[in-house]
Amino acid sequence: MPPVPLAAPPPTIVHQRVLDNGLRVLVQPVHTAPLVSGWAWYHVGSKDEGPGRTGVSHWVEHMNFKGSARIPRDEMKTLVEKFGGTWNGYTWIDQTAYFETASRDALDRLLFLEAERMGGCTYDPLDCASERTVIISELQGSENDPEQLLDVELTATAFRAHPYRHPTIGWLTDLQTLTRDDLYGHYRAHYTPGNAHLVIVGDVDLDVAFRAADRHFGGLAGAAPGRRVTTVEPPQHGERRVRIEKPGTASYLKVAWPCPAIGDPAFFALVVADAVLTGAKGLNLWASFRLPPPQRKARLYRALVDGGLASAVSGAILPTEHPFLYSVSATVSEGVAPERVEETLLAEVERLRRDGVEPGELERAKRQLRARLVFETDSLTNVAHQLGYYSTIASLDTYFSLESRIAAVTEADVAAAIEHRFKSSQRTVGWFRPVEGA
Amino acid sequence: MSTLASAGLAPTRARLDNGLVVLAKQATATPAVTLHVMCRAGAAHDPIGLPGASHLVARLLDRGTETRSAEDIADALEERGVSLAIKTSRHTMSIAVDCLRDDFDAVLAIVADVMRRPACPDDQLALRRRETLTRLKQDEDNPAVRAGEELFSIMYGSSHPYGWRSKGTPDSVARMTREDLLAFHRAWLAPGRVSMAIVGDIEPARAVDRVLGALGDWNAAGKEDAPIPAPPVRTAREMQVIAMPSKAQADIAYGFVTITRLDPAYYAYWVMNTILGQYGIGGRIGDHVREKQGLAYYAYSTFDPHVVPGPLVVRAGVDGANVDRALATIDAEIAAIAAEGPTEAEIADTKRFLIGSLPRTLETNAGIAFFLQTAEHFGLGLDYDLRLPALVDGVTRDEAHAAARTLAPERASVVVAGPYAG
Repeated sequence: MPPVPLAAPPPTIVHQRVLDNGLRVLVQPVHTAPLVSGWAWYHVGSKDEGPGRTGVSHWVEHMNFKGSARIPRDEMKTLVEKFGGTWNGYTWIDQTAYFETASRDALDRLLFLEAERMGGCTYDPLDCASERTVIISELQGSENDPEQLLDVELTATAFRAHPYRHPTIGWLTDLQTLTRDDLYGHYRAHYTPGNAHLVIVGDVDLDVAFRAADRHFGGLAGAAPGRRVTTVEPPQHGERRVRIEKPGTASYLKVAWPCPAIGDPAFFALVVADAVLTGAKGLNLWASFRLPPPQRKARLYRALVDGGLASAVSGAILPTEHPFLYSVSATVSEGVAPERVEETLLAEVERLRRDGVEPGELERAKRQLRARLVFETDSLTNVAHQLGYYSTIASLDTYFSLESRIAAVTEADVAAAIEHRFKSSQRTVGWFRPVEGA
Repeated sequence: MSTLASAGLAPTRARLDNGLVVLAKQATATPAVTLHVMCRAGAAHDPIGLPGASHLVARLLDRGTETRSAEDIADALEERGVSLAIKTSRHTMSIAVDCLRDDFDAVLAIVADVMRRPACPDDQLALRRRETLTRLKQDEDNPAVRAGEELFSIMYGSSHPYGWRSKGTPDSVARMTREDLLAFHRAWLAPGRVSMAIVGDIEPARAVDRVLGALGDWNAAGKEDAPIPAPPVRTAREMQVIAMPSKAQADIAYGFVTITRLDPAYYAYWVMNTILGQYGIGGRIGDHVREKQGLAYYAYSTFDPHVVPGPLVVRAGVDGANVDRALATIDAEIAAIAAEGPTEAEIADTKRFLIGSLPRTLETNAGIAFFLQTAEHFGLGLDYDLRLPALVDGVTRDEAHAAARTLAPERASVVVAGPYAG
């Protein structure tokens, strides 16, 4: 195979400045299209929520589309669409992000919007009330899907102490009882310049972009950073199991093991192990849904899907700030005894733990991962996403070293990373088993 | 740098002697190439009585050819970090692949082989049949899928291919033989029915030359498209409820049959639907169902015209107790836009949005490939990206209003699936 070109641009192309109020501004001029993508990242996610307040970060994200001191409620969503723009936001366990990608002429407009979002959202009580039912509808929509139900149950079973245990959308009764002041208080505590990273990628002039960032954000008051989560999940001393029994038409299995945080070198060995087991997915949460992973040679695909036991198998590994979960999901094929899927899946994982990866597999996994790093930076939006994601929960250096760190993973690294984590005592096994009913 | 506004995409188009069309565009943002095959071989081409043939062919296409085993194909693709996404829609089967620049020739050779000479071996057929049966089971438990499929069956009826389930039925999937699949392939996968878009870090002349080498001697004739019957004309409202009491939320699908893609009113419908169910967060419908009343997380409408009159469909997911209120709101918004039409401000904002979105649509290799193939499929011309802004800008408020007037709650087809008794 020929050498693969560098996936990520060299770090010198991204310019960083920290404003006096603590806002970190990252600018990468890219002139491939007459567009600009602007992202505001906040270092707050669902792990920063205590009991009774689960879901508050995600709800705050929704409220921050509802209008501000200088942007009427109805215009928050259409401000950049007049520039042909698209926009969105998401909340995840470690962070909250908002973006607009639009014509390069829209730079000033989108920075104005994000500055308003950071400093001036209004939280009208009537809007809080109508958004409560929107979010409960979002929760109920996900509950229609047995695989999502299983994901929530499995995660809550795998964690006892760490706040990664509750779903990002929150528990229903918290969504029913959180107040406008709870929302506004969370917003004011975490939406501060010192807790934010602003990313601008696109057809912009470097100085113009920095000056614009300073103009829009420089006047916002800084604040002391809030308290970070310090809970460490205590050791697990035996397999955990959870089983959902509800009306349905298919059985679903999901097994989770502990996964290292992004800052732990073992993370990269586990990324390689996942590629060997289920196929390489890359490391861009935003782009990962677009391309199916190459998985025909992956061990679990061969054993379960080509083996006729499951109609689909997938792995999930995500860069996170604290140790999270590595999980594998399988859909049991029509007419197959579900127990056979679990036995086969666990036996394959144990074989990897016991015998390690083969040299050919290791090289294939690395080549797949390198190709994914190229494919997942094919748009300004995707490039900007990666800069903000890693800057918020790790560092830009971490992002720019993804390729070399994956390339450096050895068979011994994989063996060391999974030796303890893939023991039967460390796993959580979840089942969705359909029962009679409509 | 030339921008779209000045020079446009200006793709290279070559038609091989066997009829296969190559569309090539060089783009060097990443050292990668996107290859998209689009063949007129979709669910609408399924034999009568055998729905799901196109879907199952797509699942078997890259699972072995006359000269390569499924294993050989997997080896060759996965060594390069590549996976083929093979999908069927109502009218087309598509193969999409992203590869690194240096892997293009090897990947093209495999794509050419799977298009021309699939073997559909029996062992693979058994596996993919069982997978498809499992997926059909999963669909039965999914209110969104159930509502959507039932809506199409009402709107188009059982004699129209849009009324059939694209993945087939448990019975048709169980009955399908290897010979059925090979017959589908012989009939509909032929060079005269294929366009291939190659976008990325490769010179167009080289791309065309490579396709000529890989597929220039492919001489399959294929069949001609049979005419598709006109959908039934609906004169009254029809509503179906699919009771799924154990589900947390009900899915609403609400629609009308509209126009074909080449109808002169296409741009007016597009602007109108964007106002009705897209702009901002789901247009007027999203604004009233979601923003003003908090009834749903998603509420929007889509407009999908094709060679046959396509659907305009409103979708929303709501609590079972709120279905009636949501339906009343959708009815009211449809009636309002039909009666009064959009405002001048809505027309202006929406046209700016649609025209301004074009550079973003054409930013990625995959976006360019899709745009070029759509233009090819409908014969819109190689300069369509340059002409599109004026076509959108030319839509008047009266034209958008005329499009809206064809919608009426009293002629809507409506399906609710979920915890709702009706």
